[in-house]
Amino acid sequence: MEAEEGLRLGRSVTELRETFRSGRTRGVAWRKSQLRAILKLIDDHEDAIFEALHQDLGKHPVEVYRDEIGVVKKSATNSLSCVEKWMAPKKQDKYGGGEVGGEFTHSTQVMTLALDPLMGAISAGNTVVVKPSELAPACSSFLANTLPLYLDSKAVKVIEGGADISQQLLQQKWDKIFFTGSARVGRIVMSEAAKHLTPVTLELGGKCPIILDTLSDPSDIKVAAKRIAGGKWGPCSGQACIAIDYLLVEQKFASTMIEFLKKTISRFYGENPKNLKNLSRIVNKHQFERLRNILEDPSIAVSIIHGGSLDEKNLTIEPTILLNPPLDADIMTEEIFGPLLPIITLTNIQESIEFINSRPKPLAIYAFTKNDSFKKKILAETSSGSVAFNDTMIQFVCDTLPFGGVGQSGFGRYHGKYSFDTFSHEKAVLHRSFFLDLEPRYPPWNDFKMQFIRFAYMFDYLRIVLLLLGYKLKKIFSPGHLA
Amino acid sequence: MASEDKKPKAACFDGEAARSLVKELRGTFDAGKTKSYEWRVLQLKSLLKLTKDHEDDIIDALRSDLSKPVLEAFVSEIAMLKSSCEFTLKQLKRWMVPEKVKTSITTFPSSAEIVSEPLGIVLVISAWNYPFLLSLDPVIGAIAAGNAVVLKPSEIAPATSSLLAKLLGEYMDSSLRKWKSGKHRIGSAAAKHLTPVSLELGGKCPVIVDSNINLIITARRIIAGKWGMNNGQACISADHIITTKDFAPKLIDALKVELVKFYGNDPLASEDLSRIVSSNHFARVTKLLDDDKVSGKIVHGGQKDQSNLKIAPTILLDVPEDSLIMNEEIFGPLLPIVTVDNLEDSFNIINSGEKPLAAYLFTNNKKLKESFVRNVSAGGLLINDVALHITNPYLPFGGVGESGIGSYHGRFSFDTFTHKKAVLYRSFTGDASARYPPYTPGKLRLLKALLSGNILGVIRALLGW
Repeated sequence: MEAEEGLRLGRSVTELRETFRSGRTRGVAWRKSQLRAILKLIDDHEDAIFEALHQDLGKHPVEVYRDEIGVVKKSATNSLSCVEKWMAPKKQDKYGGGEVGGEFTHSTQVMTLALDPLMGAISAGNTVVVKPSELAPACSSFLANTLPLYLDSKAVKVIEGGADISQQLLQQKWDKIFFTGSARVGRIVMSEAAKHLTPVTLELGGKCPIILDTLSDPSDIKVAAKRIAGGKWGPCSGQACIAIDYLLVEQKFASTMIEFLKKTISRFYGENPKNLKNLSRIVNKHQFERLRNILEDPSIAVSIIHGGSLDEKNLTIEPTILLNPPLDADIMTEEIFGPLLPIITLTNIQESIEFINSRPKPLAIYAFTKNDSFKKKILAETSSGSVAFNDTMIQFVCDTLPFGGVGQSGFGRYHGKYSFDTFSHEKAVLHRSFFLDLEPRYPPWNDFKMQFIRFAYMFDYLRIVLLLLGYKLKKIFSPGHLA
Repeated sequence: MASEDKKPKAACFDGEAARSLVKELRGTFDAGKTKSYEWRVLQLKSLLKLTKDHEDDIIDALRSDLSKPVLEAFVSEIAMLKSSCEFTLKQLKRWMVPEKVKTSITTFPSSAEIVSEPLGIVLVISAWNYPFLLSLDPVIGAIAAGNAVVLKPSEIAPATSSLLAKLLGEYMDSSLRKWKSGKHRIGSAAAKHLTPVSLELGGKCPVIVDSNINLIITARRIIAGKWGMNNGQACISADHIITTKDFAPKLIDALKVELVKFYGNDPLASEDLSRIVSSNHFARVTKLLDDDKVSGKIVHGGQKDQSNLKIAPTILLDVPEDSLIMNEEIFGPLLPIVTVDNLEDSFNIINSGEKPLAAYLFTNNKKLKESFVRNVSAGGLLINDVALHITNPYLPFGGVGESGIGSYHGRFSFDTFTHKKAVLYRSFTGDASARYPPYTPGKLRLLKALLSGNILGVIRALLGW
């Protein structure tokens, strides 16, 4: 069975390679036609996409549009209008076009994380295999069934399956692999890719902290509470790589903020934990159990100050706030990826920098502050994939900013032109003419040629001219090296 | 005194030593020492001074390791390094400035920028053929980007390696350290720590030669790019030639004439040719000639001097396609010439193999040049010359496919050792409630308009239409 699967995949990859060699994916017309096809696919099947995401994750259509459909449409439209510009050789040259790209996606932003990199690969003129996450089966099916109807099926293929399929795919030789997911699997992908010297982009995760400085204006606090709630429970109930993981705040401001947060949560999601609205569910039982174990750990349970109830039947967990859970517990050492928000209080907000720096570099750092010098300090003294001030998540939709991690949160980047670049090889091209060939370039070597070259490197044109006219110039190097 | 003589020459560098080295450097980096512009400039200036003060020592070390002719050592290593350092010093301030980028209505109001920050601790593993340049050029990039660096020079070039250890210790801040060690497997080791890597590898760099050229200049440039580069032991040196059956004899004659002009009638005695680096590599290169079907195709050269590890410039014509010499990177002074009926066939030949680090074309035919650039995939392309593209600091230098990952030189060096951090600034004003629950159809309409940048749609949605 496994061998058969391997053969089938090998044949698919061979077909893609032949398509690429035929040159079909190189022209701008083909690339634009594929990007348009993606736009049409989304327009034609908007309802089906809402349905699939509701089925897999319980996502509300507004969340779907905001985080997935809208983002992809925006990206496609942008790529359509820019691809020709991106393709033009730069005066210090660039020539887009790799070969066969492999792409592994994640389970919680399925459309975005499948289609966004796919568009980057297409804009750059590649053939592509997309392997969607098996943890979102309705979406995976949707992509497998619909993409071939719209896109060039000889150039873009969707391969569904679990870890075994992924393993098989990783045995093939790719020209580029783009992976979104956990660091654990990222390591496996990179090790396999190393065997073929395949460049990879790893979009991983991390514990994205939010530094909340003390705010005095109630309207600012209200906005902050909305944006924090929106950045924690808004994206798939906290199951997003750039969702807020934990919050750092000064002791004296903590209770005010917690009150505002509680009010915001009930306004957004309703009062009744048994009937929460506008909130995605946990992706599957396994992840639900993981989060349940965290909440039921006595050392952690004692720090719950809001929420905490679980609905096993619907795989939903109430937006939960915890105050100062133990720093060595799982909830503070592993990426939470769920609707639990630990709040850690500090004596002085400046301590947040050291707190963050003593942990692996996250994908994003959020900071709510009006203090400009504190902003500069955060930028200069912390390292993360990205930083957003006074908002959460939103850097994801800014196409002009590269999106990617650093350290344990990954490497490589995409969005906008960075997507195009990530799937391109920048080929350096230098043109020379036969006119003006310099003697001193060639052996046999002698003092004259040595002097000439020295002066040439110093751009000392006067001395070059003098040398050529036969003037004896002072020796610059010590004797004995040239006979 | 006697006990000192018995002391081991260098402490054994094991896992424990490596860990403690990295820990120390991480402490230095975390303290922020390497981040300031002043520190970076000081290090780069020290590097420049080191190169100027010790030019003779460097040339001697290269002569000892590779019998590298003085001029070659100067041009291809010292001068290149000085250029790179000076270019970086001039540009660094500009490179360090955050790049402001545009924002759209989707994030209005906001401002955005990309901040370049150092990655942290960088490991540079260097090669033996340009041991000075290939050690320090990446180090320039790493320092310019504000990192702490560990340099591991190649043990196959021991004189240069020792010299680097001594001089770097004297001139540079202790955040740049050197260590000697054996081989490692890089790819899987990096994967364990999710460390991004740049791999500057090699490949069989082909030279396509048309008949529509200046023959003498072409011959000279091919020689300079083959035997003038460490006697063929360079990642970008010409590996083999592809030309038409008709033109091959003329090309071979021109090469022969120029070879004698450059290296005399007895090239093994010429001071202007590097030797083969070691007896292992000498054995490897001579093995390529062992096959009768190959040695019978020698049309020029073929002389060897094992005691001095020298091999003469050797040209072969139409060796069998499946021979070792046509399937492995030669990395030595043997130049096979492959003939085709039509020159356009050469593109397919190149594309059917692994992508090389560089590909070269000699022609005056504009259409052929365009077709070459469009159809041949390689790290870099050069038309009507060999190897020179690496001297242009505005061009990225690196491979693709089997020839490598990542690129450097000039600004690309700085970028390769930098994390480009995206930064978005928002204020508390201008909050779009459409983002937040409870979700309503009205909010959906507004979001659709906002995300598509449709200002009219936004207005209509806000007015409830």
